Amino acid sequence: MIDQFIIELQKSISLFKPEATLAVTFVVALIADLIFKKSKNISGYISLIGFIVTFYFLFWQKGQNYGTFTQMLSVDPFALFFKFLILLTSFFIILMSFFSKELYINNRSLGEYFSLIAGMTFGMFLLVGANNLIMIYLAIETMSISSYILAGYTKEIHRASEASLKYVIFGAVSSGLMIYGISILFGLTGTLNLFEINNFIANNNVNIYALFFSVFLILAGIGYKISAVPFHFWTPDVYEGAPITITALLSVASKAAGFAVLIRFVKAAFIDNTQLDSEGIWILISNIDWRFIIAVLSVLSMTLGNLVALWQTNLKRLLAYSSIAHAGYMLMGVAVMTDAGVTAVMIYFASYLFMNLGAFFVVTLLANKIGSEDIDDYKGIGYRAPILGVCMVVFLLSLTGLPPTFGFIGKWMVFSAVLESNFIWLAVIGVLNSVVSLFYYVKIFRNMYVRGVEENENKENYQFHPIAIIVLLLLAIPTILFCLYPGPIANWAAASVGIFLG
Amino acid sequence: MFQSVSLEYFLILAAVLFSIGSIGVLTRRNAIIIFMSIELMLNSVNLTLVSFASFLGDSAGMIFVFFVMAVAASEAAVGLAIVLALFRQKQTVNVDEVNIMKW
Repeated sequence: MIDQFIIELQKSISLFKPEATLAVTFVVALIADLIFKKSKNISGYISLIGFIVTFYFLFWQKGQNYGTFTQMLSVDPFALFFKFLILLTSFFIILMSFFSKELYINNRSLGEYFSLIAGMTFGMFLLVGANNLIMIYLAIETMSISSYILAGYTKEIHRASEASLKYVIFGAVSSGLMIYGISILFGLTGTLNLFEINNFIANNNVNIYALFFSVFLILAGIGYKISAVPFHFWTPDVYEGAPITITALLSVASKAAGFAVLIRFVKAAFIDNTQLDSEGIWILISNIDWRFIIAVLSVLSMTLGNLVALWQTNLKRLLAYSSIAHAGYMLMGVAVMTDAGVTAVMIYFASYLFMNLGAFFVVTLLANKIGSEDIDDYKGIGYRAPILGVCMVVFLLSLTGLPPTFGFIGKWMVFSAVLESNFIWLAVIGVLNSVVSLFYYVKIFRNMYVRGVEENENKENYQFHPIAIIVLLLLAIPTILFCLYPGPIANWAAASVGIFLG
Repeated sequence: MFQSVSLEYFLILAAVLFSIGSIGVLTRRNAIIIFMSIELMLNSVNLTLVSFASFLGDSAGMIFVFFVMAVAASEAAVGLAIVLALFRQKQTVNVDEVNIMKW
C-alpha cells in the first residue's frame, strides 16, 4: 500500500517537471532582479531560458496518459497540446515586451513583470490539466491574480489602473460565483473529483435543478475567462487599458487555458464516457439541452463581438471585440463536443496564436513610433513601414479567415465539424459573422494603404530593430506556411483529443 | 456535532449571505465596500462547504475552505493595492468616477 503510493508519487513528480521548472523560473527571475538592479532585462532573459528548459521537459511528456498526484492533475495529450500553445505564447510575449516602449518609460523596474508572466504560465499549465474542482479553482486564481497585477503594471497611466480595477472586481465576483457553484456540486455529489462526479451522476438520482444551478455558476466562472458574451463586460476595457503585450497574453494564453478547462470539465464530468461512440451522450441532457445553451452563447458572442467592433476607433479595443467574436467561433466547436469539434478548437487556437500575437506585435511596434493606437493615426502607414504593413495584412486576412492563411484552416475545420453534427443554423450564423468581420478588418487595411497617402509622401520611413522584424516574421511566416501545409498541426491536434478519463 | 440543527438552515443562511454579498457588489459604488461584499460572498461559500463537509463526513470540503481563505486574502491584497494605485491618481475610490473607457 505504502510502496504503491511511493511509486505513484515518484512517477507524479517526474511528470511534474515542466511545472516545477516554471515555478523555479518565477523565483529565480524575482531574485535575480533584486541582485542585478542595474540590468532591466535580466529577469526577462532568465524567463526565456526557463521557458526553453520547460519546452525540453514537455517533449518528454509525449504519449503520457496519467492522473498525477492521486488524479489531481492529468498529464495527457490534450493537456500537452495546450501546454505547448501556452508556453509558445508566453515565450513570444516576453520577446515582444523587449520592444515595447510603454513598459520602459519612467525608468520602470521590470523584474516583477517578467517573473509574473512566468507565474501566470505556471497557473495556466495547472489549469489545462486540472481534474479536481480544488485544482481548477486554485489554478484559475493563480492565473487571475497574476494577470490583475500585470494589467495594471504601468500604473501611472490612467487607463491601466482603471483597467486593472475593473478586472479585479469582475474577476473576484465571477470566481465567487464559480466557487459557490463548486460548493453546491460538492454537496450534491459528495466528491470534488471530476470522474467521481461523472460516476455519481450516472448512477444516482441527482436533483436536476440544483445540478443545473451549480453547473451554470461554474460555467459563468469559466465563461468569464474565455470572455463569452454574457460574461464579457470586462474584456474591452481591460484590453484597451492594459499594456499591449499583456493584452496579447490575455487574449491568447488565458483564453486557451479557459477553453481547455471548459472542454475537460464538460467531457470528464458530464459525458458518458463508457460509450465508445465519439458522439458521447450528455448525462445532463435528460431535461436541459446543454448543447443548445452553449450554441446560444456562441452565437451571442460572435454577433455582439462583430457588431460592436464595427464602430470602434481604438485598435486595441477593436481587437478586444474581435477576440470576443473569436471566442464565439471556438465555442461552436465546444457546442458540438465531438472529437472533430474538439480538434477544430485546437487547430483554431494554433492559428489564433500566430495571427493574434502578430497583430498585437504590429500594434506594439507602431505605438512606439506614433504613440497612439487610434485607427485614424494609421493613415498611410503601410508605405512608411512596408514590412509591418504587409505582415499586418497577412494577420488581418488570417483573422477574417480568408485563404491563403492559417486562420482559414481553423475556421474551415470548425465549420465542417459543426456541419457534421447537423447544426446547420449555427454554421450559417458563423459564416455570416465572418462576412461582417471582414468589414472592420478592411477598415484597418484601408487606413494603412488607401487613405492619407499624400500627407505621408515626403516623410522618411520608420526604422525598426532588426530582431523585432525577425520576431514579426516568425509570427507571419507560419501564418501562411501552415495554410499550405496544415498536415502536421492537424494530425497532431487530431491525435491529441484523448483526455485522461480516470 | 450539529445533529440538533439540520443542514438546510446552514445552506439557507449561506444563500442569504451570498445574496447580500452579490447585491452589495451590484449596488455599492465605493470600491472598498465592493471588496467587502466580495469577501462576504466568499465566506458564505466557506459556510456552505463546511456544512456539507460536516454533513457528508468528507473532509475534502474543509480542506477546500483553507484554500478559499488563502486565495481570498491574496485577492484582497492585490485588489486593495490596485485601489491604492488608482486613489493616488484620482483621489477617489468611487467606481462611478472611474470611467475613462466606455463603449
